[in-house]
Amino acid sequence: MNQPQTIIDKLWSAHEIVRRDDGESLLWVDRHYVHEGSFHAFGKLAERRAAVAEPALTYGVADHYVPTRGSRHNIANPEISRMVRQLEENCAKHGIKLFGLDDPRQGIVHVVGPEQGLTLPGLLIVCGDSHTSTHGALGAYAFGIGASEVAHVLMTGTIWQKKPKRMRVSVDGLLPPGISAKDIVLAIIASIGADGATGCAVEFAGSAIRALSMEGRLTLCNMSIEAGARCGVVAPDATTFAYLKDRPYAPTGSALDQAIEAWSKLATEDVAAFDHEVGLDAGAIAPIVTWGTSPQDALPIDASAPDPRCESNPERAQYLREALDYMGITPGKRLTQIAIDRVFIGSCTNARIEDLRAAAAVLAGRASRVPGLVSPGSTLVKRQAEEEGLDRIFREAGLEWGESGCSMCVGINGDLVRPGERCASTTNRNFRGRQGPGARTHLMSPAMVAAAAVTGHLADVRELLGDRKV
Amino acid sequence: MEKFTKLTGTACPINQSNLNTDQILPARFLKWTRAMGFGKALFHDLRFDAEGRDKSDFPLNKPAWRNATIVVSARNFGCGSSREAAVYALYDFGVRCVIAPSFGDIFAGNAVQNGLLTAGVTDQEAAEIMESLAQMPELPVTLDLDQQTIRCGNRTYKFRIDPIRRMRLLNGWDDLALTENYRDRIRAFKAEDKIKRPWAAPREQL
Repeated sequence: MNQPQTIIDKLWSAHEIVRRDDGESLLWVDRHYVHEGSFHAFGKLAERRAAVAEPALTYGVADHYVPTRGSRHNIANPEISRMVRQLEENCAKHGIKLFGLDDPRQGIVHVVGPEQGLTLPGLLIVCGDSHTSTHGALGAYAFGIGASEVAHVLMTGTIWQKKPKRMRVSVDGLLPPGISAKDIVLAIIASIGADGATGCAVEFAGSAIRALSMEGRLTLCNMSIEAGARCGVVAPDATTFAYLKDRPYAPTGSALDQAIEAWSKLATEDVAAFDHEVGLDAGAIAPIVTWGTSPQDALPIDASAPDPRCESNPERAQYLREALDYMGITPGKRLTQIAIDRVFIGSCTNARIEDLRAAAAVLAGRASRVPGLVSPGSTLVKRQAEEEGLDRIFREAGLEWGESGCSMCVGINGDLVRPGERCASTTNRNFRGRQGPGARTHLMSPAMVAAAAVTGHLADVRELLGDRKV
Repeated sequence: MEKFTKLTGTACPINQSNLNTDQILPARFLKWTRAMGFGKALFHDLRFDAEGRDKSDFPLNKPAWRNATIVVSARNFGCGSSREAAVYALYDFGVRCVIAPSFGDIFAGNAVQNGLLTAGVTDQEAAEIMESLAQMPELPVTLDLDQQTIRCGNRTYKFRIDPIRRMRLLNGWDDLALTENYRDRIRAFKAEDKIKRPWAAPREQL
């Protein structure tokens, strides 16, 4: 009898073309997403005068450098204009379908892929971006790669990989009101650390994960890389299948029935073995914010910033001192007493329609005490939000309603947090200088960012809910 | 790709855990081409102040380590963004090896593609090597990839590296040349897979 398999084993073996004696496997790539940053890889192709092996499985999306404000057709900054043009030229040259600036489906690659039904269960998906782990939410094996690997995938439609260890993170129980997937994933990272899943593919399982919407699962898998994971995956189920119905590139009719039959068999079998298992109680998760310069520096909102003087490990104490110093936070300060200068709602982590609805639910009829930007995850999300009147809520609260792109999560399109400024952000990395040199980032859920906007400081959204639903 | 066999040089200790690729190369330099030389921007915001002056307390700015070919650091070096330009920055600066207790997966993959050695040691050993270098900054450090050893003063440490990555570095193998040998297998897989997973292809757009 065959060994019971995990979803990770099944996804892996379905793509294995060959396994060498040394343990490295050549894997078939079902989807390859490229963006402006892929120019290094296209350059390698040009050097070798090579063609793209699978143009029909390759899709381009303009997201990293695109402006969210001002004209998107006459981009004022010549360097940024060049980055976007370069992608257009490379896609045209190699016959790659591009969701460019003039396409109503443009958006952040990790939002567009699932939204268009390009991302499907059972696929192997790569992209030259670490947050490619996002696509695992649909039951795909999806991971970020570097420029040399992007070039290899472009030229061969395949990639060399060594099979990672298998880890299962089970979150069981009922999520309390006001708690979202962002809180779950920050709680996981705080618990296992920023390298807690290094070398592992992670399956997220348990009743609390099953209960998450597709949007929530996308947020969860998106940040699996922040725990060091190669990829994150949620077994496809009725929620996944319902999400995929009528997506433009997803199968329909009898092809869909056949697909669902295959996808339903992907789930981890009972008693299949994982190399590591971690469990979390959903009921015990509070709204979480980060206080430091790594996503693992995360605490429940009712806690206080750490105090290096109470730390017995001298290296840890030194780390705390430096992180608190960069963040401009007094040791031991209550997190709810930390005043903010700005908010950002956007990014591949938290800019889907449900995220915008959650933030808008808290902001409705209220004013933001600080300036801020809302950048929807895709142009389609933007249009949907406008149909629902969410844009009005954000504007009336005093926030700016922008176009879609990576924007202030990475700041390379010019949307920056100024030096020394403190930003409550729905993004994924609170690294030093991530949102701009000297910027101070606090990561949290969209509802929590809205709560921070309304109060002007880090705040517990549960106290602002009343009968509002997020 | 250049082969890696042995290396002797000065080693710069940067005692920070989770030193992510945004620190190694801030995102605003990602527009650069390789010809511009990413070495200038290595650790930019840790190395230079807002006016572009050297920060004197950053190790790479100390006279002994300005030409370091080895970096020694703490856990989870190179975590975060997949930007391969972080490896270009180290390499273009002259760094050929990073010694640390653990590395970001994508970074370690990018490193091997560019001939940069990632040598894994324990937390304790990394701390010990950094301490030795703090005492004697110019202490030469030797890495022997064949033997998987680090020689630092009168101490010798074994280091960890994935055996596949080790072979690649030792031989200077190029992925594409390797894959070329499997063209037929790829073609056969593709044909079979089309029948096995018809749903995997994106639906044709009208």
